[in-house]
Amino acid sequence: MEMSLAEPMLTLPLRVRKNRKETHDTRTLELVSDNAGNGPAWRPGQFMMLYAFGSGEIPISISGDPARRDTIIHTVRAVGDVSRAICEAKAGSSIGVRGPFGSAWPTDRYEEHDIVLVAGGIGLAPLRPVLYTIMANRSRYTRVSLLIGARSPDLLLYRGEMLQWRKHEIDVRLTVDAAIPGWQGAVGAVTTLIPRIEVNAAHSAAFIVGPEIMMRFVVLALAQRGVPLNRLFVSLERNMKCAVGFCGHCQLGPAFICKDGPIFPYSQLERWLAIRNV
Amino acid sequence: MEKDIEALLTEHPFFKDMTAPYRSLIAGCGKNVRFDSGQLLAKTNDPANRFFAIRHGRMSIEIQSPERGPLIVQTLEAGDIVGWSWLFPPYDWKFDVRAVEEVRAISFDGECLRGKCERDPAMGYDFMKRFAQVFMKRLEATRLQLLDLYGNVPR
Repeated sequence: MEMSLAEPMLTLPLRVRKNRKETHDTRTLELVSDNAGNGPAWRPGQFMMLYAFGSGEIPISISGDPARRDTIIHTVRAVGDVSRAICEAKAGSSIGVRGPFGSAWPTDRYEEHDIVLVAGGIGLAPLRPVLYTIMANRSRYTRVSLLIGARSPDLLLYRGEMLQWRKHEIDVRLTVDAAIPGWQGAVGAVTTLIPRIEVNAAHSAAFIVGPEIMMRFVVLALAQRGVPLNRLFVSLERNMKCAVGFCGHCQLGPAFICKDGPIFPYSQLERWLAIRNV
Repeated sequence: MEKDIEALLTEHPFFKDMTAPYRSLIAGCGKNVRFDSGQLLAKTNDPANRFFAIRHGRMSIEIQSPERGPLIVQTLEAGDIVGWSWLFPPYDWKFDVRAVEEVRAISFDGECLRGKCERDPAMGYDFMKRFAQVFMKRLEATRLQLLDLYGNVPR
């Protein structure tokens, strides 16, 4: 199977091969085509429109390994009717898929740089493909830090993979807003991790995903460390519907998040993010 | 050989860009301390006569709840300052402080430092500005924690 952006409005059914529980409300789905061959080529940071038949369609970032073309992986949190229906999809059932859409993290541009990845909550999912890319090409990057903030320890994603990330010399640091009994890790906002990392700020780039308020404060903290403003990239999310810039639902200032984003240099849209109700 | 306090202060983010004379004065009120994992360093309502500059390890700021046991409000690590109740009357700890893991820190005598700040207002002002930065950052981080940013947004 090969999907093409020449058919962006065509939904193709993919089979759910696996549906793995991440947390009480979050699942990771492996989608495959019943036809022989590879799935669509995609780049870290891009998203697909996932269609739960009978419920509706939502944009979800791809969270798998970009080198694995045979499987598309998405991590979905059940927060509404559509996302709940996707999370409840049984192995063997079908999910409609359009895409991939949007811009990608500039991983190639910042080879030979320090990379700082900052994820809040489900925001770790769109950064996971970057982690796969870095692990596959570890020698091309200098220091790599991954800072993860979560509401509580039981809501941390991909806990089973952290050892692997650390084995690839990725400095993984976690913090939670609220501890539970037995938690020995850090408690506090994800911004508190930023002064603790080692980074050659002038020769670094940062990729940030999470709630917009979090991203705003992470940007401030990274800028204070000296990371150049034009090297702070964020993944934005708005009301993406068509995913190709036709419908205008996801417009933010001069940009369509679905088509021009979702990955942007923060400085490009900073002034629009500060306007109420935009 | 263990470094002297003044030399250790030059490596700590809170003190490192302070003028050498101020650092030297402040070092006179400090001593090296080590705490085991789980050790309680300060207890709510006890006299707050010291504060800590963490060099290694993690401490937690906790409050006891009869229903829920100890609740961790925040953790602090190497490079952080722990404790400001020694600065303001009634000089009592408002929270418990515990070593989450083995901690090495510089412990400062609050009364000694208050005396030096009173005698040298310029140094006192410099010191207070540094603490104000700590308050500001701690408040900002606490506000973000309170917002429950990672909560659900239905779609």
